[in-house]
Amino acid sequence: MTDNSEITRNGLWSNNVALVQLLGLCPLLAVTSTVVNGIGLGIATLITLVLSNTIVSLIREFVRKEVRLPVFVLIIASLVTIIELAMKALFYDLYLVLGIFIPLIVTNCAIIGRAEGFASRNPVGPAALDGLMMGMGFLVVLALLGGLREIIGFGTLFANAELMFGDGAQRLTITLNPDYGGFLLAVLPPGAFFGLALLIVTKNWIDLRPVEKPETATPVAEGV
Amino acid sequence: MIQVIIALLPGTVAYAWFFGPGPIVNIGLAIVFALAFEAAVLKLRAKPVMPHLTDFSAVVAAWLFALCLPMHAPWWLVALGIGFAMIAGKHLYGGLGFNPFNPAMVGYVALLISFPREMTTWYLPGAVSGQTLSLAESIAYSFGSVDIGQWDALSSATPLDQVKTGIGQGIPIDEIRQAPLFGEYGGRGWEWIALWWFVGGIYLLISKTIRWHIPLSLLTAVMSMALIFYLIDPAVYASPSFHLLSGAVVIGAFFIATDPVSAATTDLGRIYYGLMIGCLIYVIRVWGGYPDGIAFAVLLANMCVPLIDYYTQPRVYGQK
Repeated sequence: MTDNSEITRNGLWSNNVALVQLLGLCPLLAVTSTVVNGIGLGIATLITLVLSNTIVSLIREFVRKEVRLPVFVLIIASLVTIIELAMKALFYDLYLVLGIFIPLIVTNCAIIGRAEGFASRNPVGPAALDGLMMGMGFLVVLALLGGLREIIGFGTLFANAELMFGDGAQRLTITLNPDYGGFLLAVLPPGAFFGLALLIVTKNWIDLRPVEKPETATPVAEGV
Repeated sequence: MIQVIIALLPGTVAYAWFFGPGPIVNIGLAIVFALAFEAAVLKLRAKPVMPHLTDFSAVVAAWLFALCLPMHAPWWLVALGIGFAMIAGKHLYGGLGFNPFNPAMVGYVALLISFPREMTTWYLPGAVSGQTLSLAESIAYSFGSVDIGQWDALSSATPLDQVKTGIGQGIPIDEIRQAPLFGEYGGRGWEWIALWWFVGGIYLLISKTIRWHIPLSLLTAVMSMALIFYLIDPAVYASPSFHLLSGAVVIGAFFIATDPVSAATTDLGRIYYGLMIGCLIYVIRVWGGYPDGIAFAVLLANMCVPLIDYYTQPRVYGQK
């Protein structure tokens, strides 16, 4: 179970935070209107996950079982505060775009879930790796969903990249079709649900393919 | 469903009479796309295709959906809307009989919030602009081979939109309604079309395709709300007859709200359902962000249907 390739596979695919555990949906659905927003929040969550898993694993011998959850929350909250202040200092524009969702990383169930379910029972190495892989899995889904919604909604990709990578990144922005009027539904909240459902369908379809005929979308979509 | 199509004919003909053949083109396109999407999804779901296509439910949904669109709409708008209606509004929930929301309205609302510009480019009736597009021009427009610019002079806000904007600027209703866009009671052209929908609705009642509860309670709710506020201040609130004969109230009452799948199923429930839609239509029209609110009102009421049905179960005779 704690073997490294197993942890990697779990985090990225078979136990993916967003596609399988369906955790952290609030930020996932709210900020993924563009790739850059998705990646920005994804990286912030990733850092939080790695650090919180590491610290929780380090102190797991010293914390009494009865008070472990408050302690975990304190650790996560401190880490998120650090990250929030760092983002405010380094990527101020991105910080303004993501707004309330950075402090809300504290409440992301994925983080406390990994702290409680994995880091508090495993040594530091696997715990940190688990945080990294779970965070990567989350980050990839955020970026994919952001890309999907941005392409359909605005017809662009990597818009506002300068928020994260500095002014030189402005030419990263790809406009697929200058005449594209935009499909607002994809950018509005329903688009996030449809997009996530499509990603989950795709994942399940890939999983089921070699075994049997692919299922229809309905039972999967209900999981959202 | 054939009865519904027959009942839709007089209103549709009147619509085309006043506004040119654009609506007919929309309806034709929507039906073709609806049948294509329906057949494709049925095939994917490994269901029998022909029995479902020939129950005409897709045709009726497409027809009603197309009537919500502006008179001249590009083909992709029609395809996208009816595709969304058929796939997301109907088949993702399990197909005909399982959809909690009226598919035509789902498709319309998806378009309305996604393409505000295309969905609000309405055209003047021929009686006002002195000109309507011919059938060939309408088709050419739908497929994008004619430039939109040359008809800009023909496009305009709908009467309801005009009233909403005018009131927002503090102009009294009487003055707003001096514009040539307005007729005797509602919008010019629109008021007659509404009457023909009414004729179709009466046919539906006589042929026992629908029951009287939903249309009557819906129209009563709109009229009483309009009357109350009209009596309070006739300069700011339009008259009941204006509300009745403008926009989509009549077609909504007889054709859209009465969808047998998504409406309430008990007699008392139907009355609550109709009242709720009627009140919501008035609220959205007068205080909401959109000039007309049939689609939103119907979808919101659809959401309440399970609750309404639960609390209005008729008592079985002999049971407590």
